[in-house]
Amino acid sequence: MIQEFKKVWKPYAIGMLWLLGLLWPLLGVHPDGTMTFQTTFIVWRYILAGSFVCLIIYLIKVSGSLKFIADPISRAVGNIKTTSTALPTWVWITAVLIFALIYPQFTGRYGTDVAINVLLYICLGLGLNVVVGLAGMLDLGYIAFYGVGAYTYAILNTTYGLGFWVCLPLSALTACIAGCIVGYPTLRMRGDYLAIVTLGFGEIIRIILNNWMELTNGPNGILGIKSIGIFLPVFENGFTFEHFWMKKLQLFYYFALGLAIVAAICVQRLNFSRVGRAWESIREDETAAELMGVNTFIYKLLAYAMGAIFAGLAGAFFAARMRFVSPESFTFLESAMVLCMVVLGGMGSIPGIILGVAALIALPEIFREFESYRMLIFGATMVIMMLFRPAGLIPAKRVGTRSEEKEG
Amino acid sequence: MSTQPILELKNVHSGYGSIKALKGISLKVMPGEIVAIIGANGAGKSTTLMTICGIVKVEKGEILYQGKVINKVPPEKLPTMGLCQVPEGRRIFPRLTVMENLRLGAFYRDDTNQIMKDIQYSYEMFPILGERKSQKGGTLSGGEQQMLAIARALMTKPKVLLLDEPSLGLAPIIVQQIFDIISQINKEEGVTILLVEQNANLALQAASRGYVVETGEITLEDEAQALLSNSKIREAYLGE
Repeated sequence: MIQEFKKVWKPYAIGMLWLLGLLWPLLGVHPDGTMTFQTTFIVWRYILAGSFVCLIIYLIKVSGSLKFIADPISRAVGNIKTTSTALPTWVWITAVLIFALIYPQFTGRYGTDVAINVLLYICLGLGLNVVVGLAGMLDLGYIAFYGVGAYTYAILNTTYGLGFWVCLPLSALTACIAGCIVGYPTLRMRGDYLAIVTLGFGEIIRIILNNWMELTNGPNGILGIKSIGIFLPVFENGFTFEHFWMKKLQLFYYFALGLAIVAAICVQRLNFSRVGRAWESIREDETAAELMGVNTFIYKLLAYAMGAIFAGLAGAFFAARMRFVSPESFTFLESAMVLCMVVLGGMGSIPGIILGVAALIALPEIFREFESYRMLIFGATMVIMMLFRPAGLIPAKRVGTRSEEKEG
Repeated sequence: MSTQPILELKNVHSGYGSIKALKGISLKVMPGEIVAIIGANGAGKSTTLMTICGIVKVEKGEILYQGKVINKVPPEKLPTMGLCQVPEGRRIFPRLTVMENLRLGAFYRDDTNQIMKDIQYSYEMFPILGERKSQKGGTLSGGEQQMLAIARALMTKPKVLLLDEPSLGLAPIIVQQIFDIISQINKEEGVTILLVEQNANLALQAASRGYVVETGEITLEDEAQALLSNSKIREAYLGE
């Protein structure tokens, strides 16, 4: 143990000093220009003590003195793992679905609101997964298509009075068209260049939304968007349908759930199709894919357009729920956030993305108690997660049993 | 052997921007032949194959395949016409399984039953691939990857197979194995093969005719045996 400690004390000490250097400007420099050291040291001492205890426990574990506790734990973890993989996938899916269906009965307004957000981001994450996870194109301007979808519904609804159900496919369509227009020139790039250009086009769309006063009302946004209208059967005086505006949060929740499920099924079907295989070949080696007869440009454009469609659907729903849209909702930070969810969850894996979204939306909410430090803790959690699970929380499985291959 | 070449290059120029890699390459490949292109690093061997496949665009000259000019045919159409390349450095899809790699070779085909039979056939031809069919391509050894790359190309049912440096980075015993397979493909399947190699000795032993490329131009063209006994070639490429 002493040996182990000798090995790590230097980087540990440097790390702690670095943390002090990071903390002091955040905590010690005050807005009125005064500088203090007191609070920084207190916070730093807590972190030092905490991490030192963790380090010692880790070192004891490495040296093997904790075998009597560690062995049963690892055995238990192994057991859980084998039983969880032994369970067929449909058991997991039903369990998650049942939980999702009864969830709003147990939580209040706040819980449902957060859950709607999670579902909306699942839809976005799954769409981005098609672009980044399957086709391997780093897209930093993805949120722009979400904006296009939201504005399509907002403008059509406030100007022409079109209902949500008409506008939902229209939003998907305009987002898809926007995706094709942006994709056509940009998808000739590869790698880093593609990332930069998509970032640029994402910003261009946001700036257009911000500056086209006549159409989008600029930075003020569009107010007074109608909610989702539904027809409910009424049994007074015979059987008729009556039109309602969706106001209850739970209805929104179930709608978002439906949207997320549809997105998940679509992405799953796409992944295990001929198209999915073409996308993966492009991700792996574009030139080799071309030599094998994959029309890389068309398939890349298709991936981009598919991603945009999901974003457009989510965007229309977002506009209907908020009943207000403004360009501020579609900044680069949102794109980065969705990308984080996809990468953290595990690129190309649908359960991974769902978990990644849930983690990234839920963590800042949980850490609300830590007030202004919550983003710091959030960042630290991200770093730790990526250290221990670099391929994502639930990495995509490659078992080589695509639907049609079982026959062979 | 018919007299019309299956693949013919007529004074082909191409390059990367202002760098001219090919300065008038002319060559003929007859149906059923194995033709080797040999030359030093940077002579333009790989560029020749990439130009045939349309990845590098032709600037001047003509490429004829079965008597038709294919200069403007997009690269992804060529496998459907029976022209397929095994690129340099193998370039298999590392994170896809062996099975999926093979399925991608048959990407343009939609006869699922026949594809399955062909995959089974490749497993018979390369038993090691059958053993590793659900393993990721990237976890295979170099020789296995080369076999996978060849098997993948064969899934396109090629009439002409372009092979770029099949011996690159492989142990001598594996190289011999690969070349045996190449001869086998040529004899048993009747696939015409255009082979690019730095290992001139092996390539010329397998081939019936050979071309020597130097700085983007063909400097010599002869029967493979004649090239092997040519004293200049022996000096320049066979290290004697």
